[in-house]
Amino acid sequence: MRRTSWQEYQKDIADDKYYYARSCIRQNFFPGSEKAFLDIMHNDLGIDIFDDPLHTSCTGIGYHSDIVPLETIMTVVARQFSLMADAGYEHFISSCITSFGIYNEILSTWEEFPETEERTRRYLKEATGRELVKPRSIAHTSDIMFHHRHAIARKAKRQLRNAFTGEPLRVVEHIGCHYAKIFPKSGIGGSEFPYVLAGMIEAWGGEVVDYPERRHCCGFGFRNYLVQANRGYSIANSHKKLESMAPYRPDFIVANCPGCAMFLDKWQYAIAEMEGTVYGADGHGIPVLTYEEMAGLVLGYDPWELGMQMHQVDVEPLLDKMGIEYDREAKYLGKNGKYIGKPDIAAVNCEEARSIYEIKR
Amino acid sequence: MAKRVVIVGGGAAGMQTALELKSRGIEPIIIERDMDLGGKVRDWHKLFPSFTPASDVLQPIIDKVRSSRIRCLLGQEVKTFAEDGVILRSEEHVPADAVVIATGFSLFDAHRKQEYGYGLYHNVITSVDLERMMNNGRVMLADGTEPRRIAILHCVGSRDEKVCQKHCSKVCCITGVKQAIELKQMFPTADVFNFYMDIRMFGPGYEELYREAQQRYNIHFVRGRISEAAQTINDRIQIKAEDTLTGRPLRMSVDMLVLLVGMSANRDNEALAAASNLSLAPNGYFQTKDSFLGAVQSERPGIFYAGAATAPKSLADTLAEASMTASAVERYLRDKYNNR
Amino acid sequence: MRNLNFGYGISRPRVINLDNNDLRKSNAIIAEMPELQACIGCGSCTASCTAGNLTDFNFRRLHTAVRRGEYQGAYEEINKCMLCGKCRLVCPRGINTRELIMLIKRKLGDF
Repeated sequence: MRRTSWQEYQKDIADDKYYYARSCIRQNFFPGSEKAFLDIMHNDLGIDIFDDPLHTSCTGIGYHSDIVPLETIMTVVARQFSLMADAGYEHFISSCITSFGIYNEILSTWEEFPETEERTRRYLKEATGRELVKPRSIAHTSDIMFHHRHAIARKAKRQLRNAFTGEPLRVVEHIGCHYAKIFPKSGIGGSEFPYVLAGMIEAWGGEVVDYPERRHCCGFGFRNYLVQANRGYSIANSHKKLESMAPYRPDFIVANCPGCAMFLDKWQYAIAEMEGTVYGADGHGIPVLTYEEMAGLVLGYDPWELGMQMHQVDVEPLLDKMGIEYDREAKYLGKNGKYIGKPDIAAVNCEEARSIYEIKR
Repeated sequence: MAKRVVIVGGGAAGMQTALELKSRGIEPIIIERDMDLGGKVRDWHKLFPSFTPASDVLQPIIDKVRSSRIRCLLGQEVKTFAEDGVILRSEEHVPADAVVIATGFSLFDAHRKQEYGYGLYHNVITSVDLERMMNNGRVMLADGTEPRRIAILHCVGSRDEKVCQKHCSKVCCITGVKQAIELKQMFPTADVFNFYMDIRMFGPGYEELYREAQQRYNIHFVRGRISEAAQTINDRIQIKAEDTLTGRPLRMSVDMLVLLVGMSANRDNEALAAASNLSLAPNGYFQTKDSFLGAVQSERPGIFYAGAATAPKSLADTLAEASMTASAVERYLRDKYNNR
Repeated sequence: MRNLNFGYGISRPRVINLDNNDLRKSNAIIAEMPELQACIGCGSCTASCTAGNLTDFNFRRLHTAVRRGEYQGAYEEINKCMLCGKCRLVCPRGINTRELIMLIKRKLGDF
């Protein structure tokens, strides 16, 4: 595909000195990813990045589920910015797409309606005694990874290639709705032809799969998932994407947004159990990676150090394809060698052959 | 000595105005940016609603301009308009007793509607590309085969505030009907779907042609705007729209997607208007003095308009307006020099 | 596949999928009555419909759906028509809507 339009949507990304804001979902479902990001930035690239234990959830999930009012989330966000200033930083980077959308939306609201900024200043002062200082730049952590993708490529231990054939791996990328659909200008490549993940994939030797439902939502939708009665159409959206990408036989999916990574991974399990359909070329699921995990594998990190045992869909077939050596026995051993428990056998995983399942090719 | 009028633009509007002035004993000079006369109609294959070859209309006009020995400055761009002439980009002053602005329009750039993938996906083409293909003698897919299913999307770059094109381009609906029929004539077994928001059949014979497209050619008209296009694994194009008349989303794959690109205000209008103390309408076209009694006059005496410089117009509208402009110029010159 | 009760299923798409719909019946109806394609969606038929004023019968929507290959439930719907013929009188395109009702029933049967 002749893709050039991403070049029209570029933004200024700071080179160094980042204030890091974590993600609720990522910490719970992919805890290794955030650790990997900090390690890659600090140890591999020698970048100054500050992981502040004082900051809180942005309350975005509560906000999008109609539980947290606008004034509250604005004040919470104002506090994060104020913490950043206290720590002596001015480039705010968010590990979560929901938060990234929230931060951009709130900064823009303050810009358009200055009275809301004034009100937030007052609330922040009354509640915490703090002063609001706005960041010089806002970026998502994938923007940062994209920004340093060539430096990572130079330190790469391996490429996104099949170690046996040398062929590039076929990668489906999913950037998440709130990355660029709210403000196309705030995302690299805009919303129609996003390049943030595609740029990493290409820089590290892989091949991006452009499939018809590439822009479609994963189906999280906050209250659409949180209310059980609505989950049917939450899962239907992931179902639609998986049906659309399966013919391209992707080697893995890489997601930008913590929610998307979680749903594209875990819905594969639910779909397999409900309908008996799996989408991976090997008769199992399609592994779903975060971009930190993807970068970590490229830089030679141990998959279990990256937390890849937390995935619903087993990643071993991908690791084998990439020629990565790992200890099969160590998969379910935690940080101190303690056994962390093991999930039940499931269709999307590779514990045993299951001919009863319909295999989508 | 004959009065001299500078006409800026050598397309249909400019040439026809020149001929009309000449027949009134006034000396026209045409200034054209391109190296050839003819303007955008040169790219057109056949004209709605009669399927008259565009060259049957354009060539006699060009021939007549040449045989009348009307002076043409080709490859010259104008920087400023004034009632006593124009200043070229080369700073040369071309003196005149009146000026006619016949600078036409710009085609909407389909790349700007990124969601349709123009320039990215094979077989997403514009209505202008289709006319060029027909002029070159063969319409086909990128791989040289014939399309079996074609979608035509109306209003690309028209009635769309997202790309700052609030206005209706007027001619695309009937062009869509015409092209659908032409495609059906070329590929009788193909299915052709027109996706529209409203069908605006304002001219004589247009509604009749629309009905013929529906009933005789079995062209499917779906009321709903395509929201996005994506390439499928076998190089087709998947499109999504709402079939608003059933109230349900609709999805299908087609071999070819034709984007009916709208008429945008000329890209240079802003700079020209600012330099010449003229104003622009909110849609970026030149603002006429009055919608009824001053439709070819600018707000400045001695500066006139002809054709699509002031609004999207069909070729028929444009040619008719050229006479109006010539009459208005003639009246102006008579009043000006008799009163002296 | 285990019998797990998730408490929800995968919602089925409402989309009209013209890649999957079988358009043979629809094509046959249009071939027999090409004027049907001339519908401009004005809604006069539905506005004047005896049955449509009492039930959710909507002839404009119904024949449009049938043209797109959506036949499910059409026969049952169409049985609500009382064949009064008013729709034919008001149609600005002169479509023989009363005949069309019979044609759709004949072609689709109890789909």
